[in-house]
Amino acid sequence: MKIANILEEIEKVDGDIYERISPRRRAMKDFFSFGSKVAITAMPIGIGAMLKKAYGQAVPAGVIAVLQYALTLEHFEARYYKDGFTALGALIPAGADNSAIQIIRDSEAKHVTFLQTVISAAGATPVAAKVTYDFTAGGTFPTVFTSYVTFLAVAQVLEDTGVRAYKGRAGELLGQKVYLTAALGIHAVEARHAAKIRYMRRLNGHVPALKPYITGGNDSGVPAANGNYAGAIPETNVNQGGVIITSLPGIGGNISLNAATEAFDEPLTAAEVLALVAPFGVS
Amino acid sequence: MQTTKTSNDQVALTDERIIQPVSRRRFLGYVGATSAILATGASCNKNNNDDNNGVDLGSGDVGILNYAYALEQLEAAFYTQVVATPFSGITSAETGFLTDIRDHEIAHREFFKAAITAAPATAIPNLEVDFSSINFTSRASVLGTAMAFEDLGVSAYDGAGYLLKSATYLLLAGKIVSVEARHAALIRELVTANSFLGDQVDASSVNISRTPPEVLAIAGTYIKTKINASNLPTG
Repeated sequence: MKIANILEEIEKVDGDIYERISPRRRAMKDFFSFGSKVAITAMPIGIGAMLKKAYGQAVPAGVIAVLQYALTLEHFEARYYKDGFTALGALIPAGADNSAIQIIRDSEAKHVTFLQTVISAAGATPVAAKVTYDFTAGGTFPTVFTSYVTFLAVAQVLEDTGVRAYKGRAGELLGQKVYLTAALGIHAVEARHAAKIRYMRRLNGHVPALKPYITGGNDSGVPAANGNYAGAIPETNVNQGGVIITSLPGIGGNISLNAATEAFDEPLTAAEVLALVAPFGVS
Repeated sequence: MQTTKTSNDQVALTDERIIQPVSRRRFLGYVGATSAILATGASCNKNNNDDNNGVDLGSGDVGILNYAYALEQLEAAFYTQVVATPFSGITSAETGFLTDIRDHEIAHREFFKAAITAAPATAIPNLEVDFSSINFTSRASVLGTAMAFEDLGVSAYDGAGYLLKSATYLLLAGKIVSVEARHAALIRELVTANSFLGDQVDASSVNISRTPPEVLAIAGTYIKTKINASNLPTG
C-alpha cells in the first residue's frame, strides 16, 4: 500500500507523524481500515490533505520543484537501466555483473515510485516520464545499448551526475526534515551505484585504474563527459568553504591533490544538469 | 609496530594528528606503572572536558559540525591503524583503496577542525579511541569494522542534515556524505559482491538514516572519551 509506505517513510524521520496526524492513534487505525476500502487513486489526495494538516501548512512550492526535478532525473535513469538491460541481453556478463545491473535497475525504479508517491502525497501531480529518450545523446554514444563497455561508461557518468544533481539542490530543502532526509537518502544510494559501476569498470578491465570515487576531474575515460565533471564548482575543486584541503596535514605531508578531490564530491546546479541531460531527451 | 598482538592496540591521538599508533600493552610495558598511567589519563580527560558530563559537542550548527568531526576522528584513526598494521593476506589493490580512504578521512577530519575554528567556534579535542574489539590482523575483522563505520557515517550525515540551519554547511556535509557512501559501497564489495546497497536501504531503496543519539550509541563502543551530545539540536 502506497499510503502505508509513505507513512512509514515519514515515521523514520519523524517519529511523531502519527501523533501529528491525529492525537488519537485509534483514529489512525480507523483511517487505515477505512483507507483499505478506498479506491487507490483517491489515496494520494487523502494523504496529502493529512500531511498538510499534520504540518500545519501546504508543502512549499520550492520543495515540490526539487522533488519534481529529482523525479525527472530518476525517470531517465530508471529507463536507462531497464531498456539497457533488455537491449544488451547476453552482452552483460552472466553472474555478478548481470545481477548488479538488475539491482541498480530495480533501485532506480523504486526511486521513481517513491518520488511519485511523495509528490502525490504533497498534493502535486508527479511529472511523467518521457515517451522516448535518446540514450545515444544525439549520436554521441552510438553503441550505448550494443556495447557493454559503452553502457557502463555512460552509466558511470549518469550516476556521478545524479549525485551532483541532488547535492546541488539540497539547500532548497534546508530544514525540511521529511523531504531533505529522503533526498539525502536517495543521494547516498546514487553514490553507492556510482561506486559500484566504477568498480565494475575497473574489475572488467575497461578502465583498470579507475577508483570508486572521483579522482581529479573527468576520470571516466569519456571525453564527451567533460562537462559532467566541470561546472561552476568543478570536481577538481579543493577549496571547501574557504579551507584549502591540499594545505591540510596528512600522513607524510599535506593531503594530496588526488585525495583532496576524491574526498569531496561537488554539486551541479539545476541549469547545469538540465543542459547536460538535454541531449538524452530529458527536460 | 608489528602486525602481531594487535587486537589490543590503541591509537594515540596527539596534538594535530596521529603521530604513531601505539600498542597499549607495549605502552604500558614501557612505563611500567599501570595505575600511574590511568591516573594521568584521567586527569588529561578532565582537562579536556568542560564538565563531568564529557566532551560537549556544543549546540546549533557548530554542534552538528563537532558531531561530524567526532565521527571523522574515529574513521581516520581506524584507517590509520589499518594501513599501519595491514591485515594478513592484504592485496595491493586493497592497500591502495584503504590508503585512499585513510587519506580521505584525514582530509575530512582536518577540514572539520579548520571549519569549526573558522566559524569561529571551538572544536572538540582529540578523542581517545578504543579499538580493542578489532583484530587488525584479520581481514574479516578489519573490513567488517570498516563497513560498519562507513554505513554508520552515511546514516549519520543523512540523519543530521535537516538539523543544519546553514545551507553552506549543508552543502559541505553533502559533499562528504556521498564520498562516505562510495566508501561504504566499495568496502561492501570487498566483503561480498553485489552488497553495495545491502541492508542499508529501505523498501524504496532510500538509504537509512540515524539520529545523533543512535549513531553515538553505536560509535561509543569505539570511543573511550565520553561525549556529551545533550546540547545538539533535535529539530
